[in-house]
Amino acid sequence: MLAENGVPTGEDLAQVLPAPERLAQGPVAIAECFQKIPCDPCYHSCLRRAIAPFADINERPRIDHEKCNGCGLCVNRCPGLAIFVVDQTYSDSEALVKLPYEFLPLPKPGDVVTAINRLGQAVGKARVVKVQSGKQMDGTNIVWLAVPQDLSMEVRHFKMEEVR
Amino acid sequence: MLACEICVIGGGPAGLTAALHAASLGASAVIIDRNDYLGGQLIKQTHRFFGSKEQKASERGISISRELSLAVEKEKNIKVLTAATALGYYKDGVVTVEKDERFLKIKPQKIIVATGGAEKTLPFPNNDLPGVYGAGAVQTLVNVYGVKPGRRVLMVGAGNIGVIVSYQLLQAGMEVAGIVEAAPRIGAYWVHAAKVVRAGVPIYTRHTIKGAWGKKEVEGATIVELDEQWKPIPGTEKDFAVDVICLSVGLNPLTEILWQAGCAMKYVPELSGYVPLRNEYLETSVPGIYVAGDAGGIEEASAAMMEGALAGLNAARALGYSAPDFNSRRANILRELESLRSGPVGEKIRKGLEKVTLTERREMRSGLSNLSLLTSNF
Repeated sequence: MLAENGVPTGEDLAQVLPAPERLAQGPVAIAECFQKIPCDPCYHSCLRRAIAPFADINERPRIDHEKCNGCGLCVNRCPGLAIFVVDQTYSDSEALVKLPYEFLPLPKPGDVVTAINRLGQAVGKARVVKVQSGKQMDGTNIVWLAVPQDLSMEVRHFKMEEVR
Repeated sequence: MLACEICVIGGGPAGLTAALHAASLGASAVIIDRNDYLGGQLIKQTHRFFGSKEQKASERGISISRELSLAVEKEKNIKVLTAATALGYYKDGVVTVEKDERFLKIKPQKIIVATGGAEKTLPFPNNDLPGVYGAGAVQTLVNVYGVKPGRRVLMVGAGNIGVIVSYQLLQAGMEVAGIVEAAPRIGAYWVHAAKVVRAGVPIYTRHTIKGAWGKKEVEGATIVELDEQWKPIPGTEKDFAVDVICLSVGLNPLTEILWQAGCAMKYVPELSGYVPLRNEYLETSVPGIYVAGDAGGIEEASAAMMEGALAGLNAARALGYSAPDFNSRRANILRELESLRSGPVGEKIRKGLEKVTLTERREMRSGLSNLSLLTSNF
């Protein structure tokens, strides 16, 4: 449970996951933000107004998955690194997971990395498809990982293979 | 003797915004800070901040520090004394300062105490071994000087600081063996916790450090599980081979100057220690002495900046400075501060502030009128 070990439960996740029909249509943002804390940069970052206005800054983000096109602006601005974009239409066998990444060195497209779940456990391999970095990202880069379809709701981090 | 209108003690988030807001009304201010640089703890905060857009949310502490310091440098009404330690406050209103091995005297008309907080420590066997650090020290080494304190660390305390510093140690290339928290729940924002857990750092709630071991320096630590009464459960010990133990067990408000000035102080657990009573203008029981930020109760940097802004505006107003939009500016800050504290994570702060923020009526009832809080300039 989140409050005890920092890992959201299946019930927590069920509240924020887009409907399967929406996931079948292409990239969409998922805010894994489960606590009322005073924070609203995701709302201000969204150009499509897909994140509902905050009546109170302590509200949790509510993403209208129909309006969201998975652009990833909010992924970059979330101070909690809690927003991910999942695209299950990437290919028949693979889905894309776009995740915020603040470690160096950055991977390169084509690199094969160890895919990590929310518990910090290795769950398989992932291929780096794209790395959004540069000054405008202000240190919070977005790494696009191609993962097996059945891992698209598991993989939320990765580790580079040990070469330094 | 240096005469000035407002002396701001402490150049962190609260002090810098206090001076900037006072100066924006036309008042002149002197900022004293014992560090060589302005920004206080902000300069080590490499993570993006929470809060609202107005409080620079999603910006990193280090960027906020740069912005505020730059604004202060550009402001002609603000004089900055860095590497200057406030030593004392005297009855005639003089603040004494040590700078460059010289003893300076400052005679301000108003004082804003924005001294921040100091880290607490924890007693356990061998906590005097080299390798046992406070989280602040580790953060200074890593984020200011670019020096790793060791290879593998055990963090004690899963509040925001413990969890954020753990993350920053991972970014610096250190291993974090785990985070130990005596409470049954993680105190940090859960998004921070989730971020370190998926990066491979387990959080052990209901656990405490039993002791450190090592010959000349830390070679490891033993942790133990706690029962419902916070008593160690024998047989649940776990050993960690680590060369750094990092303590992040809370902060106390830094209040020596306030005590010395004779401000009425009260012990408030929710605010993490002794803090000065204050009125809604953040003026203490000693007329002309204001408090802002962690010195008045341990909270977040975003709240410290809002409090600094308020104290700066109020102190300048008390000197006769104003602006056509003064009332709306102050009302906006008050509203933002209130909304920042309005959620479940602000409950403790709200409770604490209720105990120390005196309104005239309540003050009368509790017989505290001799604290001269009624002599506010408004």
